[in-house]
Order: sequence, then structure tokens, then C-alpha cells
Amino acid sequence: MGHPWMPNSAEETRRKMLEKIGVKKIDELFNDIPPSIRMKPEEWGKLSIGEGRILSEIEVKRRAESLLSKNKVFNNPPPFLGCGAWPHYVPAPVRYIVSRGEFLTTYTPYQAEINQGLMQALFEYQSMMAELLDMDIVNSSMYDWGSAAAEALLMALRVKRGRKKIILCGTLNPFHEKVIRTYLAPHDVVIVKTGIDREQGICKAEEFEKLVDKDTAAIYIENPNFFGLIEENIQEISDISHRAGALYVIGVEPLSLGLIKPPGQLGADIAVGEGQPLGLGLNYGGPYLGIFAIRYDMKLLRQMPGRLIGLTTTIDGKDRAFAMILQTREQHIRREKATSNICTNEALSAIAAAVYLALLGKKGITKLAELIYYNSHYAAKKLSEINGVNTRVFTADFFKEFPLRLEASGKKYSELHEYLLNNGVHGGYYVGNIYPWLGETAIFSFTELHTKNDIDRLVVLIKNFLEG
Amino acid sequence: MFRQARWDEPLIFELSRPGRRGFIVPEIDPAIKEAVGDIKIPAKLRREKPPELPEVSEVEVIRHYTRLTQMSYGVDNGPVPLGSCTMKYNPRVAFEIAFDPRITMLHPLQDERTVQGLLEILYHLQEWLKHITGMDYCCLHPAAGAHGELAGMLLTRKYHELRGQLDKKREIIVPDSAHGTNPASASMAGFKVVEVPSDENGNIDLDALRAAVGESTAGLMITNPSTLGLFEENIEEITRIIHSVDGLLYYDGANLNGIMGYTRPGDMGFDIAHINIHKTFSSPHGGGGPGAGPICIKDRVVDPDKNIWLHDLLPGYRVVYDEEKDMYRLEGPSKHSIGLLKTFFGNVIPLVWGYVYILSLGARGLRLATEQAVLNTNYFVELIKDVRGYSIPYGPGRHRKHEVVISAEKMKDETGVTAEDVAKGLLDVGLHAPTIYFPLIVKEALMTEFTESETIENIEEYAKRLKEISQIAYTNPSKAKEWPLSTSVKRIDNVRANHPKTLAPTWRIYLRKMRKADSNV
Repeated sequence: MGHPWMPNSAEETRRKMLEKIGVKKIDELFNDIPPSIRMKPEEWGKLSIGEGRILSEIEVKRRAESLLSKNKVFNNPPPFLGCGAWPHYVPAPVRYIVSRGEFLTTYTPYQAEINQGLMQALFEYQSMMAELLDMDIVNSSMYDWGSAAAEALLMALRVKRGRKKIILCGTLNPFHEKVIRTYLAPHDVVIVKTGIDREQGICKAEEFEKLVDKDTAAIYIENPNFFGLIEENIQEISDISHRAGALYVIGVEPLSLGLIKPPGQLGADIAVGEGQPLGLGLNYGGPYLGIFAIRYDMKLLRQMPGRLIGLTTTIDGKDRAFAMILQTREQHIRREKATSNICTNEALSAIAAAVYLALLGKKGITKLAELIYYNSHYAAKKLSEINGVNTRVFTADFFKEFPLRLEASGKKYSELHEYLLNNGVHGGYYVGNIYPWLGETAIFSFTELHTKNDIDRLVVLIKNFLEG
Repeated sequence: MFRQARWDEPLIFELSRPGRRGFIVPEIDPAIKEAVGDIKIPAKLRREKPPELPEVSEVEVIRHYTRLTQMSYGVDNGPVPLGSCTMKYNPRVAFEIAFDPRITMLHPLQDERTVQGLLEILYHLQEWLKHITGMDYCCLHPAAGAHGELAGMLLTRKYHELRGQLDKKREIIVPDSAHGTNPASASMAGFKVVEVPSDENGNIDLDALRAAVGESTAGLMITNPSTLGLFEENIEEITRIIHSVDGLLYYDGANLNGIMGYTRPGDMGFDIAHINIHKTFSSPHGGGGPGAGPICIKDRVVDPDKNIWLHDLLPGYRVVYDEEKDMYRLEGPSKHSIGLLKTFFGNVIPLVWGYVYILSLGARGLRLATEQAVLNTNYFVELIKDVRGYSIPYGPGRHRKHEVVISAEKMKDETGVTAEDVAKGLLDVGLHAPTIYFPLIVKEALMTEFTESETIENIEEYAKRLKEISQIAYTNPSKAKEWPLSTSVKRIDNVRANHPKTLAPTWRIYLRKMRKADSNV
């Protein structure tokens, strides 16, 4: 009997095909593999790969179920974790659309005429994201925020050929920083990182003034920053960057843009970010969506990495149509001179984000940002009322997340973490090892999924822990 | 007869009407509003005007995107024999498991004790990939094939750096038949790319290789089988040549579907390999992504004095099993690691999909998949090899593996009908075109890979259509220039799409240009 996924594996069909090819056994098709490196079926069969044999779907589901049941999903309440990925609601229409086989099982639309729908959806993603960021051009996706930021800085080095310095605002996400350093390592570049203003928790403009020079290719800043704080000097730093002739790169969490000024209005030449909040789910770290945008400048556009869908017409001029554009930047044409090696990207995530943004619309995005702002501020206020807890470690205003410091003597965050876990709650992400000067501090995140009850319960638990 | 949907579907922006909404955002709890008071974001950083997103109802969103799916074409619609893309069927059981909330709702920074089931899945996947490739260590961190290549090239770089020879080791060798990502990845890692030609049998020209290899050779990147669908017969000699100058061999796993169960990169002598989960292991391509591109290595000592091994250089995280505690945990990046290539662990949904595929098939089923894929290719070769206007260059008479490259050069010379016209002629009857104009060493190339998923009937249909196209080319070539007529749109104006004056990468740019054009009238 044939395998359900291999229609020609039925013995009758196999025989017919072999006959036509003119070989007796299928092995003969592999005769050009030298015997010294060719595997015998029994050697291969001995390897532990799957269960060795072919399983039925029922057996596979049973096995998967036994493993999935070992995972603990924090749903009530959702985890109070952020730091680059956040628990947000995934509207039902989003998951439905990206589950449809015509999108899900399609390749990169190299044949445009038969994939216009896919291309229109990607064009709409690019266009809606451009509105959210107030930037002109958005590519159809990078892997995630970290890699998008890294590619933005590589791009800046190409645009500002000859300049060898990159300045990072010290409040950036430390995971992103690691990715940036990995990507930039082979290149002749000096990475300088500013300090963090320990009162406000943001970057100071004066520091950039001192560091920036004619050798600086780009300044990179994230807003809100790793601590959830709003970078109040972001406009001043933009001016400093541009006076020195450097590119200004801003990284953003897109939902914050319902309330916070978008990168396009803050002087960004390149904007990057994490599309994960836009209907993608948490997925234990991926797939996410690397946002990558530039202002309209041919000098920038020619150096932009990633795929772009453009609006055009059919040759007869009668119909609107979509095409992949400026492909001469890409690896399949330009090879070693390409602007990036990226090929497979996160197109389906971009479509999910398009559906998400269309659902929320102009008003919804602002309302959602406000809801998140209020929930997180309520949490900060209530938690700060507990003796021994400080949620105003920094003075700058914040969005969605903030550091929570245990100031009661002798209490470790790891103990609180255990206590919360034992009560079915997952607390924030401990950062005391990354920033020793912050002490027993974890970053707590609050979204539209955390209700007042969830927050009040967290407050009671932490209070009990400290008093008990 | 094929007729693709042809909706005059407006852009989502054009559907916008004031006051409509597709999603209700819950009201802020009044008690919360009262406790917090006003929003304190400094005025200079407050967004003044809401973004110009469309205002549409949920009904319209669903209809709009459903119509767009009807104007798209994937493996679920019919054959997609794009060469080197391995567009196999994407089993739905894997969809159900990979999109289970017990995976999609896990935060990447969650306590390891709460994600044991997932870590166990990923651990097994790592182990299975080790056996499939014949390597010693696998790392699931990279998000795509090219991301794995970048990891491999950074690993190669670090290897030479730690051995104190990076100043000499400046070059990566790639054959002229290589995927474009290979030279691009080498170049991103700071290497110079040296190209070597193929011989008439489709193997690397060994004399040219020997001439190109020297002190400055850092490594070599190849696929095997090559993009011609041919097994590189001299692979052992190539390995010896590269290793003799302390270069590393990189295996581009895009074509692994042609050899699974018959030979392994590790046995061929490769040091580093990436695997495309979204090709060989059936996770869907999603219109361009996401994928997952794990890399595997054969361990070797990097610095004997400091006891540094190649596995110490791996990026990101690896799942390890702690026997003592009977627990899985993440390890890395260690001190000598090349670092993180993405923010978090890896592209978990495609990875789980790949796990389900391997679990379902086992060693036996994977070998069967390769056999069926190779059977399909060679059956197709028989049907097409004598059709007028087409030829199969390189390795005459050799059996192909996962794919075959047909050249329409003769047809173009004799009738003016190009590989692109052939592609459009296939689309016109609802068959997705092969990869065209690649590899670059074949003129008017049609690179065709059916995978194990395609039915014999569809392969015959495909060959029949290619024959028909040939007949039309030789009798009425102007007709071939009109294809496709049955798709959502006819041929597209790529000049207009790319011209600086009409270039429209977003709706706002398009509107701006239209307004400008109007005011110029």
C-alpha cells in the first residue's frame, strides 16, 4: 500500500515508473553515489530516527499529546513576561486567514500572475505598516527585531561607506545587542554603547554629542526601551545624528505607536521592530516578524535588504497588478554583491500582521495602546504600594512593562519567582545578572490580556510573599 | 480547464468607511482609569494623529483576504515543481500539533521547568537530524536556510580566527551552479568569493578546483546533489583537497531530499551543514516564510591547547538532557560561540512541524520519500527528454536526483519562445512553473523538482503541456507571448514596477505619485 503523502509509492505505480525509466530496482538510480559513502538500508534502518517505522496519524497524535501535556501554559493569568515578546491576543480571523492553504502552502511569488492575491496581501502589509510607522517604504519582512536591527546597521555601513562607527543607546534590549554584535563581527566596525541615566532609565543626548563624529555611520535607539521606558531625548539625539551625517535608526514595538510618536516623525532614516504583538502568538520565540522600513530616498532604497512588493499594472495597462520589485538588490540576482543573503523570510507573519492591522484599524490601535498603558500603570501603582517593592526604579514614563525591584532586605527575586510559580503565576524576567547595579530586579509586562483581577491577584501574592 | 479567480479586489484602504471596525478593544476598567489618572507621556512624544489605517468590518476583512487567497496558488492547489524549493505536501497533522496552544502560548523566557514537553520535542529533533546528516551536533537556532549559511560562515570565520590564521584565510569557494544565497552568505561573513566551474558531467571541475585552492582558502560551500540534480561523484576528493589546506566544507542542505537514507553529509566529509525544515521536512513555505534552518556540525578540535572544539562555536541555544535531574534545558551561547543570530530560541512552529514529519515517517519513511522523489524526477526525464526544443544539459544519460534542469535554449533560438514564455504557458493551464533562469550555467533553464508528493498523472500532464507548448512554439510562436490568459491577471509590467517614476512600494507612495502626476497635467 502506498503512503498517504506519496501517491506514487503504491507498488503498482512504482513498477510502472521504473519500467519506463529502464531500471529494475530503485537503488539503481543511486548508483553514482560511491560505495565508500553509500549507506546500506540496514545501516540506515538501525539509526534512531523517529520510531524507525512509519506511523499512523493516530499514533503520531497520541505521541504528540503525551509531550504537549508536559508543557505548562500560563493562561489565567498570562505570564507577566515581556522583554522582546509579549502575550497579546490573537484575533480569530488572523489565525483563520493564515491557515488557508492558498497562503500557507505557497512559495515566494516568483510567478506573479498566479499569486496576485498573496502579493496584494504583502503589499497591504507594507502599506499599513508604513502608516503605523509613518515611514515611506517597508519591506515584506525580516526574521525578527534583533536580526532586522542588525541588518539595518549593516545597511548603514554600506550607505555611509568609509565610516566605521556605530553608536548604540545603552538601553537597548540585550538580546538584540547580541544579535547586532554577531552580524557586525566580520566587519571593520567599532561598536560604542552609551550609558544609561540611572535616574531616568533612558539615554542622555549629551553622551551622543560626545561620542558622535565624522566616522559614525549610524546611531541606534529603541523606543520604548528594554525597560519599557519612553526615550524622552529621542528627537534631540536624532538631530545630533543628522548633524554628524550619520543615519538614525529607531527600533519600536508597534502597538506602542498608537500612543507614541512614530519613528517617521522622529527623524528616523531606518525603522525596525518586532511584529510579534500583531497577531502572531508567542511560539516560544518564533516565527516572529522583523519590521524594516526606510524613508523614501533612492540612496537608502538601493541598499535596503529584503523583498519588496510593488504596485504596477499588466503590460496592456488594463489591470492593476503586483510585482516583486528592485530584485537586483537580492541574492538570487546579485549573489555576493547582494544587500543581504536573506531569501526565506517571514511572509506569513507579515500577512497575519496585515489582517491584524486591518481589523484594529485607525481607532482600534489607539484604543489598544491606551488599554495597555493603563493596565501597566495600574499594576505599577498597586505593586508600589507593597512595602519592599519598588516599581519606579526609573522616572521616565513607560509603556507595557517596567522593572520591579525587591527592596526588602534579604529577599531574592528567585524566591519570589518560585512562590509565584507554585501559585500558578509566571512572574517577570530577572535582569539582576545583566545589570548588577539594579539589584533584585525583574521586568514585568502587562498587556490587554491581563485583567484587573489578574493584577490584583499578583499584588496579593507578592504582598503575601514579602510578609509571610 | 483552469480558470483562476479574477476578483477586481480593491486594496484594503479603498474599502475603508468612517466608523467601521473589525475588532472591539475592551474598555479600560473604570477603577483602573481612576487609579491611574491621565496619560503622562510627554506631549513632544505623544502621537498627534492616529495612523491612516483602514476602517473596515470583520466581515469585509474576511471576504477581502479570502478573495486574495483565491488568487494565490500553493501546493494545496496543485503541483508546484519549483526546483531547489522542495515544495512537498505539508501534512495537516503537523499543522494541528505545531499550532497547538500548548506551543503557541509559550513565552521564550518562560521557566524551563514549564516547557519540558516542547524541549523534549526539540531535543529529539536535534538528535534525529544528527543521525540523518551523520553529524555530531545540531543547533536549531537559525530561522531559514540562508540564516543557517550565515551561521556556518561565521563559524568558519571563528574557526580560523581561533587558529590564528584568519589574516590568510580570506576566500570561500563556491561552484558556479550554487544557490545565490551561498556567495551572499560568505560575503556577509566578510569572505571573498571564488567561483569554480562545473565540468560537462555536472561535477565540479577538479583541475579548476585544485588551481583555486591554496593558503587563502577558508572553506567551500556546495549542495550535493547539485542544483543540476546530479550527485557530485568526486565529493571525497573535493573533501581531501579542502581539508589539505585546513579549509572547512559547508553543506547547503537545500537538496537533501535527493539523498536521504542513501548517504549523509557527515559521511561525505562535510564539517558544517544546514537543513531546510521547510523543504526536506515538510513545513509550509507561507508565501516566502517562515522556515527554519538548523545547522549541524562534525566536531573537530579548534584549539587543542585551550581545548576548544567546533561545537563550542555554535550559535544560540542547544537543548540538552540532564540525566541526573531527568530534565531538558537550554545551553548556550557559550564563551566561544559566534553569538545570537536572532532574538530568541528559533522558529519553533516549523521545527515542531519537522518533528512531526520525521516522527510520522521514521528512518524507513524518509528513505522512501527520497526514493519517490528521485523516481518522480527520472520518470519525468523519460517523458520530456526527446521533446523538440528542450534538452537536458550536463551529465548526459546520468540519473537525476531530486530535480532536473531542462534547457529551452534550442526553442528560444529557433522560435523566439523563451523559458519565461514556457513558464507562463504552464501557469495558463493551472500548473505552477518550475524555477526559471537558474542555475545560471544553463541557458533558458527550467529547474524542475516534483518531490515525492506529486502524482504520476500530474507529472504526465506536466510533460504533455510542455510538449504542447513546444508544438505551439514551432507553429505559432506569437501565441506563446500572450500567456497566461487564465490567471488572475495577464503578464505584468515589470518595467513600470521598477521605474523610479512609477515605483510604488507602498500605497502612500503610490497616492503621492498620482497626486503629483495629476497636478502636472
